[in-house]
Amino acid sequence: MLKYIIKRILMLIPVLIGVSIIVFLIMRVFSPDPAPIVLGQHATQQAAEAWRQANGLNDPIYLQYFHYLKGAITGDLGTSYYTKIPVTKEILTRFPATIELAIVAIVLASLFGILIGVISAVKKNSIFDNAGMLLALIGVSMPIFWLGILLIIFFSGLIHWFPSNGRINPLLEPIHVTGFYLIDSLMTGDMSAFKDALQHIILPASALAMYSMAIITRMTRSSMLDTLQQDYIRTARAKGIGEGRVIVRHALRNGLIPIITVIGLQLGSLLGGAVLTETVFSWPGIGAYTVACILKSDFPVVQGVVLLVATIFVLVNLLVDVIYAFLDPRIKYSGKEV
Amino acid sequence: MLLEVKNLSTEFKLKRGIVKAVDDISFTIDKGEILAIVGESGSGKSVTSLSIMGLLQKPGRIASGEILFKSQDLNKLSKNELKKIRGNHISMIFQEPMTSLNPVWRIKDQIMESIMTHMQISKKQALARTIEMLDTVGIPSAAQRANDYPHQMSGGMRQRVMTAMALACEPELLIADEPTTALDVTIQAQILELLYRMREKFNMAVLLITHDLGVVSEAADRVIVMYCGKIMEEAEVRSLFTRPLHPYTVGLLQSIPQIDDDSEKRLYMIKGMVPNPLNMPQGCPFSDRCDHSMERCSKEMPELKDISGHKVRCFLYQSESITCGGITATSASAGAKGCKKANSCEDSVFGHKAGFSLCEEAVEGGSGEK
Repeated sequence: MLKYIIKRILMLIPVLIGVSIIVFLIMRVFSPDPAPIVLGQHATQQAAEAWRQANGLNDPIYLQYFHYLKGAITGDLGTSYYTKIPVTKEILTRFPATIELAIVAIVLASLFGILIGVISAVKKNSIFDNAGMLLALIGVSMPIFWLGILLIIFFSGLIHWFPSNGRINPLLEPIHVTGFYLIDSLMTGDMSAFKDALQHIILPASALAMYSMAIITRMTRSSMLDTLQQDYIRTARAKGIGEGRVIVRHALRNGLIPIITVIGLQLGSLLGGAVLTETVFSWPGIGAYTVACILKSDFPVVQGVVLLVATIFVLVNLLVDVIYAFLDPRIKYSGKEV
Repeated sequence: MLLEVKNLSTEFKLKRGIVKAVDDISFTIDKGEILAIVGESGSGKSVTSLSIMGLLQKPGRIASGEILFKSQDLNKLSKNELKKIRGNHISMIFQEPMTSLNPVWRIKDQIMESIMTHMQISKKQALARTIEMLDTVGIPSAAQRANDYPHQMSGGMRQRVMTAMALACEPELLIADEPTTALDVTIQAQILELLYRMREKFNMAVLLITHDLGVVSEAADRVIVMYCGKIMEEAEVRSLFTRPLHPYTVGLLQSIPQIDDDSEKRLYMIKGMVPNPLNMPQGCPFSDRCDHSMERCSKEMPELKDISGHKVRCFLYQSESITCGGITATSASAGAKGCKKANSCEDSVFGHKAGFSLCEEAVEGGSGEK
């Protein structure tokens, strides 16, 4: 198992090289020249030329990539063209917000998705099933930004339960330990900050969770419908154990593999930043920031973020594969084939 | 009397109509008795067992009848009361050992779950009992194998595990639904032998559901032959094999290949097909496949008639006055209708030399020697 994990982590290297080449080329070929954007549209030709020269953009593209790669290996992803702040620092200040939002969203989505999916499967074709599937249909079809706006209008505008934007009231910001406000406030015992952070995260996390929840609900339902038909479920019932135990311990436990797969994929994409949700709720995460940087041709930042997201995606998938082995004793990783 | 099934009817409500999978059947099982229910696929034998266990899934339901277990109607019990009986007083082993065990739990956990549900004992005692049961059903080095997952075991071993699980709470009645069908012959013999041994050890009754007459002849005390949800014939095993009365039973027995048969000879086959359950013929369901069919057969349903302990549902035996009475296996294969009186079928000789030991005994036994 350990051998398999090490092998999979080593596989990250070619993946990252491939991803970096692709994103490097895309930025260089399709993005507009950053010089006039950075210097302003009234900048002179010479100034722009000098800026390009200084930032290495006049070198042949393979040389530019080689320089970038050399820096990246030592942990230097370059500096932003605009803020002059190192890319790693830019990412580190924003990424915790994204991770926090993604994790709260995926927890919400998994809890409700599995619950509704299991009920739908057990009470197949009942009113519960129909209601659950309708909710799932709404979840997959409703655009997130629209749902976000509706949530804001209702929960902040009309009944004033939750704030509409930001991560926390700036006056209550907890001491930075991990960068995750929910964790930091708990660690420092700052309950008012925790409460405020929680109130801030509920709306964006709910909006973000809706789509993932719909997907998880559907997958849970179909997986449960399948396992509930299995012979070992009949065996479990014949033993005289309670129906709840039959459903959770025997059916759900066996149906979890496809569900975990979907949760992993959803988490991976949520961690890449939820651009629309972050924009609607003014959430200071990495998604909206990256889009802004793409539009501004801030090459180093975009490259850095894409590399990070690719790494996370690979690691989440590895985690899912490792969970498989714990869920199903028939799955064994030898490390020989990957 | 341990179990008494009275006028049980089980039906499946489908969009295209109602299928009566089990149609007004009655039978009893005594303590320590092995009763076999034989029939081809769709005859209602498995549905009978699931009805007894209360494990019918929608759209199936018990339409009428009583299932009296120690004089208590199982059909009237609440879900909770039924749970206390299932796995405890009545257990079941299923046809598919490969898929009947949960693949993600160790076998000890699966057996212990059953024990801890019904017995007030500690986890440690439950584990000890689990290992003891595994040992009893013949699993070598039971203490180690208890930690295995089902996929690490062979089909025969898994059926032993299923048996151990079913017997863990010492049930009074074991329902074995085709316990040997998915296994190869040597393992079949071992499992049957195991059932036999367990019956002796726990004095438990067994309801053996099967389509394999070889298994019946080896294991059962009494046999019920089912066809299209109805009991066609019920008799002591010896009586059934020596003088089968119903043309369907005769046909079934003739369809068994014999080891000393002429290889050129074609194997006997009951003509026609099982009727569509949504479109049952009027009268006797076997009438349009029967070599002895009379005009009356396709109009009325014959009653199950008791002829000195051997029950049969066929107009050939309904009354003494009918001239075309008992048939013999040999005459059936010749295609001729034996025109004898019902009581003269006592003379009929079971025309096969059976390929299984007990049946040969039965043939001899039929002449009254044993």
